Amino acid sequence: MTTGIPATPTAPDRPNESALRRLRSSWNGLSRPQQWLWMIPVAAIIFVLPVLKIPLINTEPGYPFADTMFDCARFGLAAVGLNVVVGQAGLLDLGYVGFFAIGSYVAALFTSKDSLLHHIPYLWTLPAAMVITAFFGLVLGTPTLRLRGDYLAIVTLGFGEMVRLLGSLLPPLKGQVGLQEVGHPPGTNANGSAIFAAGNGTPWYWLTVVVIILVLFIVGNLERSRVGRAWVAIREDEDVAQMMGVATFKFKLWAFAMGAAIGGLSGALFAGQVGFVNNQGFDVPTSILFLAAVILGGSGNKVGVLLGAFVVVYVQHRFQSLAAYRYLIFGVVLIVLMIFRPQGLLGARQRLLAYGRQAYRRLIGRNEQLSSDSALTGSKGGQP
Amino acid sequence: MHYTTFLLDGSSWINFNVGALKAEFWANTFDGLAYGGIYALVAMGYTLVYGVLRLINFAHSEVFISGAYAVFFALSFLGFGTSPPGLSVPALVGDLLLACVAAMLASGVVAVLLERVAYRPLRKKNAPPLVFLITAIGASFTIQYLFFLWRGSTAEHAVIMFRPQAIFTVFGTDVDDQQITIVVAAVVLMIVADLFINRTRLGRGVRAVAQDPDTAALMGVNKERVIMLTFLVGGLMAGAAALFYVMRVPDGVQYNGGFVLGIKAFAAAVLGGIGNLRGALLGGLLIGLVAEYGQTLLGANEWSDVVAFLVLVIVLMFRPTGILGESLGKARA
Amino acid sequence: MTEPHGPASPADPPVGPIGGAEGGIVAELAQMTEQERAERAADVAEVVAPDREIAVAVGDTLLELRDVTLRFGGLVALDSVSFGIRRGEILGLIGPNGAGKTTCFNVMTGVYRPTSGRVLLEDRPLGRRKRHQITRLGIARTFQNIRLFGEMTALENVVVGADARHQTSVPGAIVRSPRHQREEREAVERASALLEFVGIADRAADKARNLPYGYQRRLEIARALATEPKLLCLDEPAAGFNPAEKEDLMGLIRKIRDDGYTVLLIEHDMRLVMNVTDRIVVLEFGKKIAEGSPLEVRADPAVIAAYLGVSDDGAA
Repeated sequence: MTTGIPATPTAPDRPNESALRRLRSSWNGLSRPQQWLWMIPVAAIIFVLPVLKIPLINTEPGYPFADTMFDCARFGLAAVGLNVVVGQAGLLDLGYVGFFAIGSYVAALFTSKDSLLHHIPYLWTLPAAMVITAFFGLVLGTPTLRLRGDYLAIVTLGFGEMVRLLGSLLPPLKGQVGLQEVGHPPGTNANGSAIFAAGNGTPWYWLTVVVIILVLFIVGNLERSRVGRAWVAIREDEDVAQMMGVATFKFKLWAFAMGAAIGGLSGALFAGQVGFVNNQGFDVPTSILFLAAVILGGSGNKVGVLLGAFVVVYVQHRFQSLAAYRYLIFGVVLIVLMIFRPQGLLGARQRLLAYGRQAYRRLIGRNEQLSSDSALTGSKGGQP
Repeated sequence: MHYTTFLLDGSSWINFNVGALKAEFWANTFDGLAYGGIYALVAMGYTLVYGVLRLINFAHSEVFISGAYAVFFALSFLGFGTSPPGLSVPALVGDLLLACVAAMLASGVVAVLLERVAYRPLRKKNAPPLVFLITAIGASFTIQYLFFLWRGSTAEHAVIMFRPQAIFTVFGTDVDDQQITIVVAAVVLMIVADLFINRTRLGRGVRAVAQDPDTAALMGVNKERVIMLTFLVGGLMAGAAALFYVMRVPDGVQYNGGFVLGIKAFAAAVLGGIGNLRGALLGGLLIGLVAEYGQTLLGANEWSDVVAFLVLVIVLMFRPTGILGESLGKARA
Repeated sequence: MTEPHGPASPADPPVGPIGGAEGGIVAELAQMTEQERAERAADVAEVVAPDREIAVAVGDTLLELRDVTLRFGGLVALDSVSFGIRRGEILGLIGPNGAGKTTCFNVMTGVYRPTSGRVLLEDRPLGRRKRHQITRLGIARTFQNIRLFGEMTALENVVVGADARHQTSVPGAIVRSPRHQREEREAVERASALLEFVGIADRAADKARNLPYGYQRRLEIARALATEPKLLCLDEPAAGFNPAEKEDLMGLIRKIRDDGYTVLLIEHDMRLVMNVTDRIVVLEFGKKIAEGSPLEVRADPAVIAAYLGVSDDGAA
């Protein structure tokens, strides 16, 4: 394969973007194996971050750095899941925290000493949380996804709030007292303490990063398949997608359930790391922060949304004086981005073909150009 | 239920208190209608904007809560507080009218500003619907937390206008003056708005834009002005709703006080048929009733919100165009 | 057909039927002789229409409208319309503005359900099938006001059409099952060939929204063809074209028919319709007023009165 000087992109419309664009186009010019080679050191750096505690980046003494990194990671995982729903399929899910909460409660109910449910090892609660939240996604999605997309937004908003209220209302969930001593993965340190003890940031961070990488594989494979194309087609023009043979309802439901499952997974990891689950922290503003992470990073771009999640979480922990303003800040960020830069920080069109590189090379002798536009930049599609 | 007992330490998941519902049925009904009137007025804002722009204006709940703050400040300024001021009826009515005007002004201004600052730039760019929705939720969030930073997280102290007094008794249950005021006012305002939309030249413009914005523009309707008007009318109604809300819940003025009420009002709009003003009234009253019954049946205030949400989902499942159908614009379900 | 012209770059000698080398097919084509091009066109056609031998059984009725009536409230959009489309023909559907041509399309493709009457594809009623199921039965269409997936490349747009015939679902795509890989490879291959077939392969990697107008129209045709339709419905494909482009388009439509597809064409340009179609159905106010060969239709007094008499070009 040619290592290729990548095709020069069209003239940058803003000069300050040219460096980023150049970086992106040279990245896109690399072959898949080369990209994988580059990913190894990047992944290694990401892994050692909480141990290194690089001075300027460190959030201590205000907030334990390892915890910050875990928070970023679980937020990033949730953002990757929400991105499937919002960024890929174009369905606005404003109650994503509801799935996150259900995942947390699943992990707690199956492992906590305060639950009389049959107990299972913690690691088994991760798939269990995914299956159960996906089920809730189906239950919520089936009536609403048949309708106009905008109804989904308010129904999910209500759903998020309802899950939170049920946390207080259903006696077995124990309201604010919550479920204590959530399980954790096995393994002990030399001194006999559990590696994955509650509140222990670094190992949980590593576990979450591994999970994120696995999820990225899955989501990436879907993106470059009939499924990912169906999602984008639905986002672009649902009517036409259907007339081109896309079973729109089925694929919307898949996107929704898939997003829910990943959200639940993130919630289960959260429950394990914190060590207890109560009805706090699952409010709708958290949903909006998830959404802000996706939009800020670049809706539709899974690497972008990880970056977005990092920014959203990190800013709160690093600059704690800003913490009180965080909702206001990210509310304003949403409006400003929508008006001036809907593609977010790292908006990039995703490849939708498993064998696209070869095809483009064969047809036009070079790679496709990946412009910085994405999901939200287009003008109103189709509908009058 | 049997399985809940064996799964989870004997406490069951849900208790149905049918006895309580039987005992309080009529009290719930009258209360539900009063709350329903409030939901209906807020629902009109959703319905009007949706009818014209096909946009769920998430920030409408904040338009409403701005009105509630205005009522609070106006009444505080007029000397109202945690106990009723004991004014003569004309003086009281005068004060309440002042507060109402203040609330309608505040809500109307916030609604129009919102349209100007957040939505109009997007319309100029012909942005896709998803962008509008995200902006709407961002705007809702922004306004909510502006109030949070300004007034803090706790609710304002109560401003009590007057204590409810029984006017007459039906089915062995008192009906108080507040309940009557609210329901009557909601119906009257609804009729006024309905006449405005259906009988006036401006209203005709609104209907024209709702049906077909492009043709309406070709026929000389000023689309931008119609949109502004729509937001303004929705805001005014929300302002009126805010007055009645404070009347019923004197200590309910809080930065996030509009959020759940907004979801209920939207459920009301969908239930009645979104884009349909009369539907908003019907839907509002129904949601008010169902939420009130649910709360008594299940035994906690919060159930009211959960029940309202469930109604929304069930309506969408079985009759997505609502009871009266969508009428302001053409149905596109 | 105009030959697509790509960036001229030093290219290796042409190889393989659909294979390619540095510089790409487009560059290759520019350097081929007439004969080589003809051979290559045959290869491409083979990929574009794999089962044409089966489909070319001309004559029997492929799609039939039987007394189709469609009402919107009080408005009668289609009034007891009946006609058939024969396998392998190009049928023109004409009529003044508002005559119900596009509505007719929408009934055939399942956008609207007829108030009464039936639509039959190969003698089976479409019934209450969903739109995507109708597409899979073999009816594909283009849109009068172009409706592409703007953020996708041209190639991806066509692959979405090809996906209509694919079976891979979510689990298969996650594990990259052998079927998924085979379908992906075939889809890309076929979509590339289709882009070449309609003559826009040189812009395969461009986002649909950035393509020139004429390319977008052709891309719509390629995307519809990718669904492997038995019947291809073209809704005013020449709208906005200049005479030379119209000439090219006629060539393309004939080529599509020659590849074994049946074509239903809505078009305002009478010259184009008369030249390219085998038969014509004329609608006016939702009613069929004439049916027959171009010559017969042209001579039909009712048609002249309703339509041709108005102006030479028909309605704009």
